[in-house]
Amino acid sequence: MPIHDEIFEKVQATLVDALGVDEEDVTREATLQGDLGAESIDFLDIVFRLERNFGIKIPRGELFPENIVSDPEMIANGKLTAKGLEELKSRMPFADLSSFEANPEVEKIADLYTVDMLVQYVRSKLPA
Amino acid sequence: MRWIWIDKFLEFRSGQFARAMKNLTLAEDYLHDHYPGYPVMPASLIIEGLAQTGGILVGEAGGFAEKVVLAKIPRAEFFGVACAGDQLIYEVTLTDLRSEGAVVEAKAFLDGQLLAEAEIVFAHLDNSRANQIFGPKNFVFTQQLLGVLDLSKAQARAREQAATAPDSSNGQP
Repeated sequence: MPIHDEIFEKVQATLVDALGVDEEDVTREATLQGDLGAESIDFLDIVFRLERNFGIKIPRGELFPENIVSDPEMIANGKLTAKGLEELKSRMPFADLSSFEANPEVEKIADLYTVDMLVQYVRSKLPA
Repeated sequence: MRWIWIDKFLEFRSGQFARAMKNLTLAEDYLHDHYPGYPVMPASLIIEGLAQTGGILVGEAGGFAEKVVLAKIPRAEFFGVACAGDQLIYEVTLTDLRSEGAVVEAKAFLDGQLLAEAEIVFAHLDNSRANQIFGPKNFVFTQQLLGVLDLSKAQARAREQAATAPDSSNGQP
């Protein structure tokens, strides 16, 4: 089985345990908050479980960056500025920002947190 | 009624494990309401006792520098009930600890049998922000609850001293 699929299945099991959702709802495209109902405190639980299940260390703020939207240089009129986008890209190189870039509304940042984003992140943490 | 749901610590290994005791008595009002004529410990209060045991374990591991709040109970299972006159033993193992919070595995035993088990997630809150939002009282370790741990430590010290003190019976049989 390709490594990507293996990681996906483990991430899927992790989210079933952390969020109490059905396995079939945990698709690659599903957003953690919108589709799977994750609340802020669930992110901490997810970090603990990913560390345990994959044997990786996840430094604070690396998977779910903190304080990006609190900097006035990063935000204008409810959208990320060019500088804000660059910051987000550098902080979340594992996230797919291609469609977000067209309309980088702050409120849509949560939609970047998808199941596939977790898979890409875990993959980046595992030895090649 | 005081919001302290453990009576005594029996064992406390910093950053690892804690064991506490909770005696159930008809002197406690809630048993008369839950249920009239059939006094059983509410499952939610067993969880609270486990969380208090675990919360102190988590807080002590960080030198009580952080405010600890019960964030989430991903899993809890109950296998029986405890009634007035029973003694519950709570055993809590710290499984994960990081700057944002901690996870514990918690078990309640009655007469040596597993009565309940739960996984509990705690979050650390920044002290200044936490006081703004909640005030100083709504946390796992209030001063009253910390007193339970202090008492256990004092009792352990007293026992050690008694064990090492020279015989004071003046040679009388």
